[in-house]
Order: sequence, then structure tokens, then C-alpha cells
Amino acid sequence: MAGTLAEKVWEAHLVRRGEGGSPDLLYIDLHLVHEVTSPQAFEGLRLAGRQVRRPDLTIATEDHNTPTLDIDRPIADLTSRTQIDTLRANAKEFGVRLHSLGDADQGIVHQVGPQLGLTMPGLTVVCGDSHTSTHGAFGALAFGIGTSEVEHVLATQTLPLAPFKTMAITVNGTLPAGTTSKDIILAIIAKIGTGGGQGYVLEYRGEAIRALSMEARMTICNMSIEAGARAGMIAPDETTFEYLEGRPHAPEGEDWDAAVEYWRTLRTDDDARFDAEVVLEAADLEPFVTWGTNPGQGLPLSASVPVPADIADEGERETAAKALEYMGLTAGTPLRDIPVDTVFIGSCTNGRIEDLRSVAKVVKGRKKADSLRVLVVPSSARVRLQAEAEGLDVIFKEFGAEWRNAGCSMCLGMNPDQLAPGERSASTSNRNFEGRQGKGGRTHLVSPLVAAATAIRGTLSSVGDLDLPDAIDITTFDGTPLDGVGASPLGESVVDLPIPVAIGSAPSGSAAGQPALR
Amino acid sequence: MEKIHTHTGVGVPLRRSNVDTDQIIPAVYLKRVTRTGFEDALFAAWRGDPSFVLNQEAYSAGSVLVAGPDFGTGSSREHAVWALKDYGFRVVLSSRFADIFRGNSGKQGLVAGVVSPEDLEILWKILETRPGTEVTVDLEAKTATADDVTVPFQIDDYTRWRLMEGLDDIGLTLQQADKITAFEATREPWRPKTLPARHLPSVEIEAARPV
Repeated sequence: MAGTLAEKVWEAHLVRRGEGGSPDLLYIDLHLVHEVTSPQAFEGLRLAGRQVRRPDLTIATEDHNTPTLDIDRPIADLTSRTQIDTLRANAKEFGVRLHSLGDADQGIVHQVGPQLGLTMPGLTVVCGDSHTSTHGAFGALAFGIGTSEVEHVLATQTLPLAPFKTMAITVNGTLPAGTTSKDIILAIIAKIGTGGGQGYVLEYRGEAIRALSMEARMTICNMSIEAGARAGMIAPDETTFEYLEGRPHAPEGEDWDAAVEYWRTLRTDDDARFDAEVVLEAADLEPFVTWGTNPGQGLPLSASVPVPADIADEGERETAAKALEYMGLTAGTPLRDIPVDTVFIGSCTNGRIEDLRSVAKVVKGRKKADSLRVLVVPSSARVRLQAEAEGLDVIFKEFGAEWRNAGCSMCLGMNPDQLAPGERSASTSNRNFEGRQGKGGRTHLVSPLVAAATAIRGTLSSVGDLDLPDAIDITTFDGTPLDGVGASPLGESVVDLPIPVAIGSAPSGSAAGQPALR
Repeated sequence: MEKIHTHTGVGVPLRRSNVDTDQIIPAVYLKRVTRTGFEDALFAAWRGDPSFVLNQEAYSAGSVLVAGPDFGTGSSREHAVWALKDYGFRVVLSSRFADIFRGNSGKQGLVAGVVSPEDLEILWKILETRPGTEVTVDLEAKTATADDVTVPFQIDDYTRWRLMEGLDDIGLTLQQADKITAFEATREPWRPKTLPARHLPSVEIEAARPV
């Protein structure tokens, strides 16, 4: 029977098909864990006397609470420290692999899975974090779950799930210069709304999607949840296989060949039917920014702040008026005239090496606007190392930006990286909700290129507003390093190391492969 | 989990759409490691506003929240459900819920019932006209009654059955342990394992300092 990509992955994981209205029971290949949504799940296991069924399919990292400065000192915020300590204790008690702050493999959970080669096509991937949809970029069925479900997966390695509907989102043509995959997804969300994807798994297809690097695909799938969809997927292809091959946990030898042979079957059949279809022309896109307080309130940068009175739908009109009040914006103001106080470059949406390279290309040899601060936060410690190997850190520092340690950081402000009340950011993250980046903070979601141009000009800007030398090719987002600036640390031989979490007799606080935190 | 057949309590009209989980409970409150005690965090950003509905005496002891469409969007945090339950809510009625929030609700014994936009408006009018009006929610009949008005709501049969029986998901699944073990035997060797751990060589990470 003809099937979509999502249906094929679903079928391959059926432990038991639901009957009489009960949900299907699906096997989970990979469970990612972090400190915020796991403590109550481990507590539940402990109270019920249950074990983690498959520690070998589970991996934890510290990301939401971790500071991005002074990471070798005790975490100042006591509750943050408690969450981190709780994860460490739980990982030790239940035998779960953990990459702690200070470890070279620590980072945002959605970067750690792909960079270790754990995220692969055809898997089911879950995490107690809604941006788990990121992993769909590999052709995995990946979605966020709540803490009860985290406990369920820990105990059973399965999840009871009701079937979903499928939506095809086709992006035809070629992206114009200065636009990125972030602009594609912001445009999609503005088109279908923050609830448009509810109940659906989205599949992104078409020429413009095929042309994207893995990093850019992750950006798109990452924000599927902002359209209300639990998961977004892209069928695997040569780009996917190339990204995976040679990574620490990628299959080897015969296993690799068998995997690739299977992965090539993971595409929607030509005669399969989607429950809904959306089509976009890439050529129509331009840099997109949000003006309001949900990710669907976005417009092309050339537009102006909307006038609520012009909005026909009463509910939307009220929502827009409330958003403008919160955002401190005047209807009709050109978006390009909005000055920002902080530029945040980072997060699981746009904190990967390619994002840092594209920002570095734009800001190299320039100075940031005096009126604002610029935070650059790599998505993982490995990304930080790679950026440093390529000399990007020097470019950022000379530009006047702060070069931080890895983590979720100002995307959600659970650590000290927050906006002050009334402070306005251009942020490469994924949510512009009220108070998301700090109480009273005002967020404009942007691409890394818009963030870079904004940091230079001081107001929301695109690279088209800059006088860039012809030699700089901002259309290339193929993951290649900047010209002549060092080699990537990836590609070195992979080594087996002792399990980095202190299981059993390993000394606590200085697990193998990571420096002790003082 | 406590069995729920019917629930009667003060209805609270929350005339807002797109109430995302950051509004239900801001991220700063997610740092706790317990399962209870989140009542102070519910709608924290709005609780300082005297005109906010829960700050009005007639509504403050409410247990049936009647909210606008797209309730619970955004982050997957289950804390949103805990905060609602800890405050005292047992039922949320809305014309549309975010998927993850609805799933989380069912697992924690919070009834998330979908009413039509028209019925939502009717319930709001009743609750706003006579603050403190009680709403009776009947899971068996799938209806909500306020004054002399009874409106239907939707909830999937499986979640409804579990809520009415007070069944815990994990216990139900572990009844299928044989099937899970049989499935595991069929998994291909290329599927990844996190243990034994493989990495690139470890490198000391330099701590960034304030500038």
C-alpha cells in the first residue's frame, strides 16, 4: 500500500496496533533527556520501583539551565543548580549516559543527538522538549513529549500514540540571496498559523528543501511545533547520508550499507495521499521577521507593523492589538526602523556551525552598532570548538560580540541570559512569546543573516541593506567552512571512551572524559 | 490516578486565545524538581494584574477553566498541567487545544474538553454575567452544564475511559511486556545505541568570561 514517509516510519515501530479506540503502541529508538522535564519522571520511576528499560537507547545532557559564562564555577542560581544536580544523581542511579557542563559533548539536546550520529533516518526519537521535531530533518519521526511520557518511555521504551494526519509542505524553486531556511519556516508559520499544523506531521518537500544542508533542514523541522505540528520530516537523501557517515555512532561496514539501503526506501510513495497540502514558491520569499508575540505574527522585512484596525477577524484584531501593546510598537512603523537592544545568535534553531559561519561572513572586519549588545551562543561545546578551530570566535570578538559557552541560553532565559523588562531583541531562536526571553522582554524572531545585519545597523535589517563586498557569497549555505580559516575538528578518528556518566564505581563529580566542576 | 465521572465547580472565563504554556507557567518556575506546589506559578505574569480573572473573588476558587482557542500551545512542559491542577482546576474547556497539552492533561487527570466556538461564547457570557456560577462536567454524557444551559464537549474515547477508570498509562503498557520484548528482537543492528558511548576525542572546554 502506498504510504507517506511518516506512515512508513510509524508502521515500522508498531509494537501493537490499537483496537477499539485505544492508541497504537510505538517503539522508541532514541530517548533524549535534559534536566528540566526529567526530574519528576525519574521520581515517578523511583516511587513505583521501576527501572529504565533501555539505558542503551537513552542519553542525557545539561542545556536549559546551564550558564554560558564561568562554567567552571558553581552555578549561582540555586534552583538551576538543584535541577542539574538532580539530573546527575538520576543519571548515576539509573545508569543513563550524561554529558555534563564542561564535557566536550555537552550542548543543546537537539544538537547533541545529530552531532554524535545518534539521530538517523527511520528512527522514532522523543524528548521532553517540543523542539524534538528538529530531528525530523533526518527522516526520523521525532516529537516532543511531556514528563509523564518521559517516565513512560524510560519505563517501557514505548509510547501509546493516536494516529496523526499528514500534511505536505512543498517549497518550489530556489531561495533568493540573503534568505535562509529560517525565512522559509517563518513564512510557512505566518501562512498556516500557529495552530495550522495541529494533529499533523508535516513533510517538507520540493526543490528548495532538497537544496538545503542538514543544518538548514534542522532549522525548518525545529520550528514545526510553532505551526502546531508535533513533528516535521524531510526524506533522507545523499545530503543526509554524507552528514552521518563517520560520526561517532553512525553504523559502520555492513551495517552502514544495510542502513543506507533501507534509508533509501524512506520516501513518500508517488501515489501516496496527504491529508493536506501547502505550496510555497521560494522565489517569492524575502527575509522574514516577527512583529508580535507568537511565531505566526511574522512579515517580510520590507513590510510595516500591521494596523490592527485593518484586520477583519475580531479575534485576530484583538490579538494583534495586545501584541503591539506588549511589543511597544506603533502600527504602521516600517519594520526596518525598529531599533533593537540585543542581538541573540544561538539556540537549537540557529546555533549550529553553519549559522555561526554565515554570521561571521557578514560581520567579519566590521564593528557592531554601539547601541546594542550581541550574544553568540553555540548550540554545543563541539560547535564552539569547531568555530574556534575556524577562527570564528576571533571574528565575533573583534566585531564586539560576546562569545559564550554552549546551551539554550537566551532562547528561553532559564539561565542568567535574559532580556530586561522592555528590552528588545532580534533573536535567531524560535519563540517570541511574552516574557520568553525574560519578563517584559520583546522578541523579534530573525534568521542569522538578519541578526548579523541588525547587529551592524542597529535596526532590523537584512544583508541587502549592507554594503557587502562582492567577494562575500552569502548565498552559500552548504556547510563549508569560511575560506582559509582553519580545519574542522570533525573527521578525526572516533574513539571509544568510557561511559561519561558515573555509573557504579566511577568517581562522582569527575566522570571519565570530562573535567570536574569545581 | 483519581477516577473522575462528574465534576462540579466554579467556572472561570478566560477570554483569551493562544494561551501558550509560557503564559500558563513561565519558564522560570520549571526549575523545581518536585511534582507538586506549582499553584503560585499559574498564569504568573497575569496574576499581578488586579483585573485578571483569577484575582476576582468570585472566580478565585474556580475549578473549571473556560478558555479561548489554541489553549496550551508552545512548549511541551507538563508543568502547565501540574500548575492548573495544583491551583485547583479539574477541567479545561476550549474550542481547540494544542496536541501535546491535551495529551499531558489526559495523563494527569485533567479533563480537556473541546466545545464549539458558539458554545464557548455561551459559557463565557453565563460566567461573566453571573460570576461564581458553577459548571458541572459529566464525562459519561460528555456535557458541561452551567445554569440551565447544557453544551456537549468532545474528548477521545480512550482518554475518557482512562480518566473514568483512573488508569495509569505505564501499568497498562507493561501488561504488553511480552510484545515489547518480541519487537526488540526484530530491531536491525544499525539502529543506534548510546552505550557503549562513542565520541570524538575529549577536549578541555575553556570557560567564557564576562566582558
